[in-house]
Amino acid sequence: METIEIEVFRYQPEKGSDPAFQTYEIPLNKDWVILDALNHIKDHIDGSLSFRWSCRMGVCGSCGMVVNGKPVLTCATFLEKFAPGPVRIEPLDNFPVVRDLVIEMSDFLDKLQKVKPWIIREEEGSTEEEYLQTPSQLADYKQYSMCINCMLCYSACPVYGLEPGFTGPAALALAQRYNMDSRDQGNRDRMEALSDDTGMWQCTFVGDCSAVCPKNVDPAGAIQRYKVEGATHWWKTLLLPYGKDR
Amino acid sequence: MSLPFHECDVLIIGAGGAGLRAAIAVAETNPKLSIGVVSKVYPMRSHTVSAEGGAAAVIKDDDSLEHHAYDTISGGDWMSDQDAVELFVKEAPKEMIRLEHWGCPWSREDNGKVAVRPFGGMKNKRTWFAADKTGFHMLHTLFQTSLKYSSVFRFDEYFVTDLIVEEGRCQGALALEIATGTIHAIKAKSVVICTGGAGKVFPFTTNAAIKTGDGMALAYRAGVPLKDMEFVQYHPTGLPFTGILITEAARAEGGHLLNKDGYRYLQDYDLGKPEPKPVLRSMELGPRDRLSQAFVKEQESGRTLQGPYGDFVHLDVRHLGAKTINNKIPFVRELCLKYENIDPVKEMIPVRPVVHYMMGGIDTDIEGATSLPGLFAAGECACVSINGANRLGSNSLTELLVFGSRAGRSAATFSTRQDTFSTGIGSLFEKENSKFLSKYSADNNGSESIAEIRNEMHSTMEEGAGIYRTEASLKKSMDAVKSLKVRFENVKISDSSKTFNTEVTSALELSCLLDVAETVIQSALHRAESRGSHQRTDFPERNDKDFLSHSLAYKKEDNVPEIKYKPVIITKWPPGERVYGRETKQS
Repeated sequence: METIEIEVFRYQPEKGSDPAFQTYEIPLNKDWVILDALNHIKDHIDGSLSFRWSCRMGVCGSCGMVVNGKPVLTCATFLEKFAPGPVRIEPLDNFPVVRDLVIEMSDFLDKLQKVKPWIIREEEGSTEEEYLQTPSQLADYKQYSMCINCMLCYSACPVYGLEPGFTGPAALALAQRYNMDSRDQGNRDRMEALSDDTGMWQCTFVGDCSAVCPKNVDPAGAIQRYKVEGATHWWKTLLLPYGKDR
Repeated sequence: MSLPFHECDVLIIGAGGAGLRAAIAVAETNPKLSIGVVSKVYPMRSHTVSAEGGAAAVIKDDDSLEHHAYDTISGGDWMSDQDAVELFVKEAPKEMIRLEHWGCPWSREDNGKVAVRPFGGMKNKRTWFAADKTGFHMLHTLFQTSLKYSSVFRFDEYFVTDLIVEEGRCQGALALEIATGTIHAIKAKSVVICTGGAGKVFPFTTNAAIKTGDGMALAYRAGVPLKDMEFVQYHPTGLPFTGILITEAARAEGGHLLNKDGYRYLQDYDLGKPEPKPVLRSMELGPRDRLSQAFVKEQESGRTLQGPYGDFVHLDVRHLGAKTINNKIPFVRELCLKYENIDPVKEMIPVRPVVHYMMGGIDTDIEGATSLPGLFAAGECACVSINGANRLGSNSLTELLVFGSRAGRSAATFSTRQDTFSTGIGSLFEKENSKFLSKYSADNNGSESIAEIRNEMHSTMEEGAGIYRTEASLKKSMDAVKSLKVRFENVKISDSSKTFNTEVTSALELSCLLDVAETVIQSALHRAESRGSHQRTDFPERNDKDFLSHSLAYKKEDNVPEIKYKPVIITKWPPGERVYGRETKQS
């Protein structure tokens, strides 16, 4: 069988050595995705290679890595595409590396919590009846609800790399997902939670985040909306001192 | 060395749908309780995320709780406990509406009400759906909602290695922090296991890599029986090679199953007559066990197609047209395009039966309580049982809400009544920690490959304990698993690092899989009848006289599990014939 060379980023902090690339030669199976190649290495060549994965169907968001310079879901990227090779596999950019291909992503979880990604209402309705929401009201926010938290957008984001305080594309898209949900009344709460985020204003609508999103969430679009609303909010607080209206 | 100790009132193991629903239930029941949620993956990676088709709950006027209960019970071939089913169908709509209130983006009718779709084995349309990413949306809604409770503290990427059982009750767990390789003791007044299924005991499964039966094994090792483990659901439509699920919704919207001659073969298996439009409880909308069994019969008659990854049949949705496919089952199209390189708008989808769900699990009552005080369980890892011998599609997502919530409330009540922890945990912790370190480290001098043991377990499970089983096949599999367990004691760990050592977690997972595998085989061996998903070619008939009972598998050290039985609870629906695609007296 044909083979292909895979160059994998290796980093084991306890060994005290600098990160390095390790090359493995593996079969070029046309049905394999990059993740299958990594599992082949793990099972048959080198048990010490660490990476995250789970669903292998592009929905759990675990297996994002940088392949030949581009952040991708490795379960949704065919190996054959890179023939004759070599293929270079690295951890996502802009995150500290725990080990090998595993990044440290607790920063995102803190930021996600900060934008209050839940329905905010004064009171929850009765369990006898659903809130009504028409298909077009659903369509208003549906796209932003498709985020699988895979972190590819953070890896691609030029601002997050420079400004770690930036809430970032996925968390902002999820904030918008709730802001635009007809059942939600928490827009102002979320706006206040984001008032100290200076990073957002540096987002230049380059759109790298939207380009790499495997679920077409378009975080760049969400951020632009936020900036427009944020600017309006700021003007209102400036001009209307009693303007604490809902 | 200072020991990493934590304390909480309720500890939930597993942060998928059931675990998160349980956490919210605890927080709502008693806001003063501290809640630990420990999971080997970040919550949004949990396997609930992969569920596609939908979640069943009666909400429309033309439907009734009675119908939902009957569909569930007949679908389960009368192995479901009917008191549990009655309670389940009654609480389902409220739970689903709460999830709606929390923001789940359910698909809607034009008037803004929640839309429902048909599903296999159902008399009425009652499956709520969020396009065909229902599990994904439910999981993210639950996770994001859980973030608003300050009483919830998560241990993300901690692998639970043992339950702490002291003074006859469960008082927490030991967990490996994967990032650092450190073992932590998490003391708790009650524990809820919500770790999902164990599809990875088989080679070809829709289940994610993480579905290794960890929670089932934890309970089993603590002396709690695993119930009805012989009932393993094969979903009839998985993509060859990857095992990716093509949702039942594809058939509910009108997809056809065709053999190599382009013939809708289900008509030959007492599942009704082919009609151009989908008919409820008929043909492609028959129950999963019957459809998967029909595939094997077609295969035996040489009427399936052959591919590099096994025999297959075709699922044809082309006649639905691009618009319906894009609106109702967009994920099906996305998955086929991305993973199989075929476009279902233009081409037929190759499919074959694939291990999907464990009907069995940790034996619990309707409150989620196990036989060990302080230990509760819910979701796929548990067996209440509402699913009987074959789960009805779209009941599992609802189950994790109803019983996740109930188990959470029960645990909260239990913890509220406990004042103190026992004191002996420190020494137990030391003992377990050193045992763990000697076994799961690169210094263990082991020589057996994890991948080889796993592969051999896969082969023997598929050959001996698959869709059709016999006494001989099961005995052979049991011998194989026994010898694999011996070999596992000499498992090789080549990775000496403490940091994010996934070889150690793989070994831990394999030990759980082997325990689950032995319970599946032994329970199947003892059930000398055919019922639902459990088909014995040497005992082809259902035998209510001897086997209208749940099996209970108890762990025995250095021996096969001991199997006991307890009767199925029948309330209103005496065992009857399962009828699909034709008239029945029980309508």
